Amino acid sequence: MSKLISVEDAVANISDGMSIMAGGFMGCGNAHNLVQAIIDAGLKDLTMISNDASMPGYGIAKLVEQRRVRKLITSHVGLNPQVAVQMNAGELEVELVPQGTLVERIRSGGAGLGGVLTPTGIGTLVADGKPVITVDGREYLLEKPLRADVALISGYRVDKNGNIWYRGDARNFNPVMATAADVVIVEADHLVELGDIPAEDVVTPGVFVDYIVTGGSL
Amino acid sequence: MTATTLDRSNLKEIVARRVARELRDGDFVNLGIGLPTLVPQFLPTDVRVTLQAEVGMVGAGPCPEVDADPRYVVDAGGKPASIRIGGAFIDSVTSFTLIRGGHVDATVLGALQVDSEGNLANWIIPGKMVPGMGGAMDLVVGAKRVIVAMEHTQRGEPKILPRCTLPLTALGCVNLIVTEMGVIEVQPYGLLLTEINPDLEVADVVAATAAPLRISSSLTVML
Repeated sequence: MSKLISVEDAVANISDGMSIMAGGFMGCGNAHNLVQAIIDAGLKDLTMISNDASMPGYGIAKLVEQRRVRKLITSHVGLNPQVAVQMNAGELEVELVPQGTLVERIRSGGAGLGGVLTPTGIGTLVADGKPVITVDGREYLLEKPLRADVALISGYRVDKNGNIWYRGDARNFNPVMATAADVVIVEADHLVELGDIPAEDVVTPGVFVDYIVTGGSL
Repeated sequence: MTATTLDRSNLKEIVARRVARELRDGDFVNLGIGLPTLVPQFLPTDVRVTLQAEVGMVGAGPCPEVDADPRYVVDAGGKPASIRIGGAFIDSVTSFTLIRGGHVDATVLGALQVDSEGNLANWIIPGKMVPGMGGAMDLVVGAKRVIVAMEHTQRGEPKILPRCTLPLTALGCVNLIVTEMGVIEVQPYGLLLTEINPDLEVADVVAATAAPLRISSSLTVML
């Protein structure tokens, strides 16, 4: 069965109110076409899980600007002023998570673990309501796993099995998010033949990927 | 002389130049956004450090040495960046394994407040500024050495306090505070002024510092 589908068919997997993981760091490594297709499809009330809210007009920032997001689970929103506007108006819920904790919660979700113990956040607001567990004399917070209905992944070279090679630091959250969603869609900048990515160089093996769309990289 | 006579035009340079002397050849370092990014230009030629960027670089810039495409290579602030020849792009899991796992020798970052116990507040002003912590909470917990590089006061108000009043980034994480007025070590008994800007008197620094400040018996001039 071919994983290659149209962008429109790919976003047909998404419904209002779903949770969506989006790889990327300040827009670098966002799946830009899939973001636009979500807007075009009129989807709303989404829970977005991403490192940040990107920057005005770029990547997933557009989902916030178009008021498609009800909740953000993220580490940083400072470069997207719309987040503060909607947050202060009570229209957007924001759960701030330390970046390294966010990444490990997603890894736990994808790896079948019951969470992670991290020293990050001890003694801060982040610790509120979370169990503190002492291991060998050091305190750690129990942070629970995080999964999503859909993950939007951006890959530079993607072969027809869905194997992915990333360019530059557009890699960031993409590999880990590809492990932690029920439906994983990769947007390929370049669709290549099997074998064009040497097996040793595959970063995300295609078994994590459900669907491939083309036309990536703006 | 008093604090008001300090030339403010090169205040950031004074801090960055002094922080650069804290780094050792071969160090693996993460620099926060803003003032800390000025540090590399003041490193002596025989001191080479490898820069880590949360977004996923080992061996980041500081200046473009290889072709970089801003769609694919950005720094921790989302700005176009580059990686040095011999560097490595890594994913976020590996990036924070380096950061949290004690593999980073030093991190240099700004602060809203620091206190006598080395507690740090630099990620939120409730009701005013809520940018999020990004990687800061992990960095200050995981780096072997945490150096705060900042202006000594905020519009004349002390930032070095007996106890932070803003929500904390982490408990007791700060090792060294470098400002335009001097260098302050965080010791088990509190804060120790070890170096002072030659244009200032000790009384100027004490007046601008709300936390109790011990003065080192071997106080030297800040270079």
